Amino acid sequence: MLKNKTNDKEPLFHVTKRDDVTFSKAMGIRAIAVVAAFVFCMILALILAGINPLKMISSMFSGCFGTQRRIWKFFKNLSILLYISLAVTPAFRMKFWNIGAEGQTLIGALASVACIILLGGKIPNGLLVLIMFVAGVLAGAIWGVIPAVFKAIWDTNETLFTLMMNYVASFTVAYFLLVWTPSGSSTLGMLSYGWFPQIIHEYFLVIVIALILTGVIYVYLNYSKHGYEISVVGESQKTAKYIGINVKKVIIRTMTLSGALCGFAGFLIVAALDHSVTTQTVGGQGFTAIMVSWLGKFNPIAMFATSFLITFLDQGAAQISTEFNIDSAFPSVIVGSILFFIIGCEFFIYYKVNFRHKAKNMVTMAASENIVKDEETLNNEALKQENKTAIDEAAHETTDVQDAKQDVKQDTKQDINQKAATLQENNGKESEQ
Amino acid sequence: MSKEIALEMRHITKRFGKVVANHDVNMEIYKGEILSVLGENGCGKTTLMNMIAGIYYPDEGQILVNGEEVVISSPKDAFRYKIGMVHQHFKLVDVFTASENIVLGDSGEKKYNIKAVNERVLGITKKYGFNIDPSKKIYEMSVSEKQTVEIVKVLYKNADILILDEPTAVLTPQETKKLFSVLRNMRADGKSIIIITHKLHEVLEISDRVAVLRKGEHIATIDTKDANESLLTEMMVGAKVELNIHRSEPKDPKVLLKCEHLTSINDEGIKVLDDISFEAKSGEILGIAGIAGSGQRELLEAIAGLQPLNEGAIEYNNPKNNEVVNLRDKNPLQIRNLGVRLSFVPEDRLGMGLVGNMDITDNMMLRSYRKGKSIFLDREKPRNLAEQIIESLQVNTPGVNTPLRRLSGGNVQKVLVGREISSAPKVLMVAYPVRGLDINSSYTIYNLLNSQKENGVSIIFVGEDLDVLLELCDRIVVINSGRVTGIVDGRTITKEEVGLLMTKSRDEEVENA
Amino acid sequence: MTIVNYLLSAFSIGIIFLLGATGETITEKVGHLNLGIPGIMSVGAAGGCLMLRALYPVRESCPGFIIVILGLLACFFAAGLLGAFYSFLTVTLHANQNVTGLALTTFGVGITKFIMSRLTKIGAHEYLYALPMFRAPFSNQTNSLKYCGVMTYIALFIAVATSYVLYRTKVGLNLRAVGESAGTADAVGINVSGYKYVATIIGSGIAGFGGLYYIMDYAGSQEAYLSIEAFGWLSIALVIFSLWKPVVCILGSFVFGLLYILNAYASTIFNVKLPMELSPALKTLPYIVTIVVLIITSTKKKRENQPPAGLGITYFREER
Repeated sequence: MLKNKTNDKEPLFHVTKRDDVTFSKAMGIRAIAVVAAFVFCMILALILAGINPLKMISSMFSGCFGTQRRIWKFFKNLSILLYISLAVTPAFRMKFWNIGAEGQTLIGALASVACIILLGGKIPNGLLVLIMFVAGVLAGAIWGVIPAVFKAIWDTNETLFTLMMNYVASFTVAYFLLVWTPSGSSTLGMLSYGWFPQIIHEYFLVIVIALILTGVIYVYLNYSKHGYEISVVGESQKTAKYIGINVKKVIIRTMTLSGALCGFAGFLIVAALDHSVTTQTVGGQGFTAIMVSWLGKFNPIAMFATSFLITFLDQGAAQISTEFNIDSAFPSVIVGSILFFIIGCEFFIYYKVNFRHKAKNMVTMAASENIVKDEETLNNEALKQENKTAIDEAAHETTDVQDAKQDVKQDTKQDINQKAATLQENNGKESEQ
Repeated sequence: MSKEIALEMRHITKRFGKVVANHDVNMEIYKGEILSVLGENGCGKTTLMNMIAGIYYPDEGQILVNGEEVVISSPKDAFRYKIGMVHQHFKLVDVFTASENIVLGDSGEKKYNIKAVNERVLGITKKYGFNIDPSKKIYEMSVSEKQTVEIVKVLYKNADILILDEPTAVLTPQETKKLFSVLRNMRADGKSIIIITHKLHEVLEISDRVAVLRKGEHIATIDTKDANESLLTEMMVGAKVELNIHRSEPKDPKVLLKCEHLTSINDEGIKVLDDISFEAKSGEILGIAGIAGSGQRELLEAIAGLQPLNEGAIEYNNPKNNEVVNLRDKNPLQIRNLGVRLSFVPEDRLGMGLVGNMDITDNMMLRSYRKGKSIFLDREKPRNLAEQIIESLQVNTPGVNTPLRRLSGGNVQKVLVGREISSAPKVLMVAYPVRGLDINSSYTIYNLLNSQKENGVSIIFVGEDLDVLLELCDRIVVINSGRVTGIVDGRTITKEEVGLLMTKSRDEEVENA
Repeated sequence: MTIVNYLLSAFSIGIIFLLGATGETITEKVGHLNLGIPGIMSVGAAGGCLMLRALYPVRESCPGFIIVILGLLACFFAAGLLGAFYSFLTVTLHANQNVTGLALTTFGVGITKFIMSRLTKIGAHEYLYALPMFRAPFSNQTNSLKYCGVMTYIALFIAVATSYVLYRTKVGLNLRAVGESAGTADAVGINVSGYKYVATIIGSGIAGFGGLYYIMDYAGSQEAYLSIEAFGWLSIALVIFSLWKPVVCILGSFVFGLLYILNAYASTIFNVKLPMELSPALKTLPYIVTIVVLIITSTKKKRENQPPAGLGITYFREER
């Protein structure tokens, strides 16, 4: 890095964006992070609760896969997390930061319960479940589309808006619980109507539908025209407009879908699992889902893996807290710590840290450096200003020049000179932009 | 004359990669003078000045301030030597007042007192005849006021050498006059002022001396009193370079696109397009020449349905059924649905024309993905198209599934042009299609355009290299500050004549009229 | 007297939001939306309580104000540590702010529950002994005046001082410039990363006070730690409500306080028996009001009332 001689603050390293990283390398970095995170958690458990690390691991495994019941529970928990993660993903692909999944799911659950309370016992169960489904999906969609409309029309900050909507949903549930329980106990108990059909096992359908939905969303995002539009809007609104995509329409449509899917998750929680609703029905999974989706790079298949990991940690740590009689908040500590490691490791996937040697004589350096170093120098200088794009192209140009020179090797020397001159001219233009 | 040298550059060379932006430049500026640095787009003016301002560091050569060799490796260093530069793109915080922006980052040990700052700012403005309210917020300001803030910011830091990069590009003639009177006051105060420009009349009006750069080299510095427009133009554009671009005679030209009185006013209230009228005919290449930022981008975007117009009409004559449709106030999709076969290769390739994170196949689909009733995408045809383009245009890529951002500039452009041509357009608009491309890719593009032309397509070509424009285009529309200053024949016009049309001021036009 | 009690209680509960929101404002002013605030407030409280627990043996011999100061320092340190960690991830490692913040909340709330439940198991009195010291000088009062302890004044002072620093000093000017346009700040030689770190750490420390105030003054109970998270989210809402201005925040915290506890006092003050189920409805009001404010500011487009322009954007120098 070219620095003033009098300036002795030579940076130790210099960070550049990686152009591209192989899949296996990225997975390798992530694997290291997960292992490091586990080691960290074991140390944490040892310090905080004096738990033997080996016992901790075995306890986690037994908590998740120890009995058939636990395995079912594990995949049920995974499915619920996956539903909500799938729901937020279309919005995230569009770079719409919907952190209101918690509320959208909860309101879906509430709408479903409302149907049971109003219609339970009055109509056939099948019809009731159908109505619950429609109500849940609709409620979630409405909760999701409100911030989207404001985003589309007035560019209202969607992160803050959706965040606030969570609490509105939570208190709405609290309100209705008080209305529905005359004693004021706020606990509904298990409702006996509107049960989702069960086959093989009470969780079987929930799990199967989650897997199907994963495939459907994967196909929707990657192979449908809507999914394509979502990606284009997310990548560049300018490009979207250039090819005539109605950006506002896409934002509203996608958030409706996102909210509706959350509502569907809420419906399933009520109809197939809880048969009730409290303010804690979603229990923070709306937030966890955001991390699952982000860590899975908004890819539904990868999200299956991330929700697997999170569920494993959560349920495993819960087992530890019962087994070793420590506070039930222990799972969040474990999940939180592991998330830090995974979030942190993304940096090493997308950026390269270049350690540099001690200061050199700048003049000789400038004169003798090879192209690669030269490019780095350029990058360094670009720190100070915005002409990065121009320099990038100048860097491309470097390869172009080489290509051109290769091609004209057979030409006379004069020709080469002339071509090089024109190239330089072109590039000069670049650097001026 | 007993003039003192304020700053001197000796043998300055700057390379980007292997490309030389400035070669062995020697230049000096005296105290109390205004020096113009004149040159075409891309001649290395800004790069040279950025080295004095600490943005770039020269690869070779020395810079001397007041006779002493100095090392300037950051804008902070530059300020230490009392050098300040006003860039073309302002760096200001919108919600701050003028004074707050001026004092920002100032490491002075004095206690922060906005009143005192305001007073000092007012003192500076009074001294040189600026007109600015120190407590006005930036977002409430006109471009010219923002520029004033940038200049005062430099003066506030006690700069003695001021570099202004194309200061008049964003100003109205009245504002330019005012700026010049301020600059003269500063000269009288002993400051050295360097103006980067390519407007000849301004050079003649304001400067004491003028340094001409061409292709990174310093051609000469002459006293303004010895200069005139034609001499400067000649120095600036140099002798004509033969490129041997093939040009055929237009066959059976018919008017396809007719622009009438296009006028567009941007958010800042500036007329970016001012009463532009021209016709584009089938089987010809219509060039658009002009200094960067004269309204080329807005013109093409207006035709493509991306830039709102305040006045005017864009009429498209459908060759199929001779129906005439007006494209004004239609979005790109509506234009397409009217059966208008219009293709557009925008200037901002990866930011507008393509998506850098998507692969070539998906980028092919941008235009065509809507085809068919299915809700699913058909990737088969785009993939075939991608393969065709890769083969026929020799795109250097590992495969159709490579994200575009990983290709070099030339290959990206081939993909973009290839896609736009593949939809068999009747009108093809291209903006700076060879910018940043190597010589082989450039000729590939020229050949593509020519073959389209021979197929009867009307091509609108926005370019910056006059040699290319003169050899490739049949007719050339010259625009200047959003206005048409001439529509000329590409075969007969000379480089100097186009250069003059590009730089002609509005005042002159009025006088001539 | 109930009306005075109501106003005093509203003011006191507002102090929790005020501290949280002032801390969050400082962080957002450098362009970082820290959704970890609920976790940070919790951890601040836990840090303070741990210190108080450690001082339990010397409670008789040590002057009360020293205990309070040490408690505050520990609180600031614990919360600031989490803030530093957030900065490391989001500034140095360019991690996504939303995801990092949410993870921080998960972690912070979890570890606080973990620590506090253990502390409580040992004996809640071992940190709650300091309650009178925190409630000084009104610890003997029986009405709501007792909540107006030392931290109340510290909170007001911090809010005013923050406003002064932000709008009347060069440091504040530079800090706001970083949040508005990191590129511009960088160009004039401001240490962007440095400002981001320091502002986030100090902001987190201040937010941590909010958690400690809730446990050691307003609630004064051993279960209090369970409900800090909710106040954290409310603090983030308050930042929006007060349009990123710490002085408006003082007023806003009072308004939020009034709305938040309206239900408990409504019957005695207005002589109307509100149906019980309205309680949650009233508690939604702060959020609904905040949404309305958010919408109005986005439609009005008045530049001073917008979020900092660089909010949520990770600054990487070499990118454009």
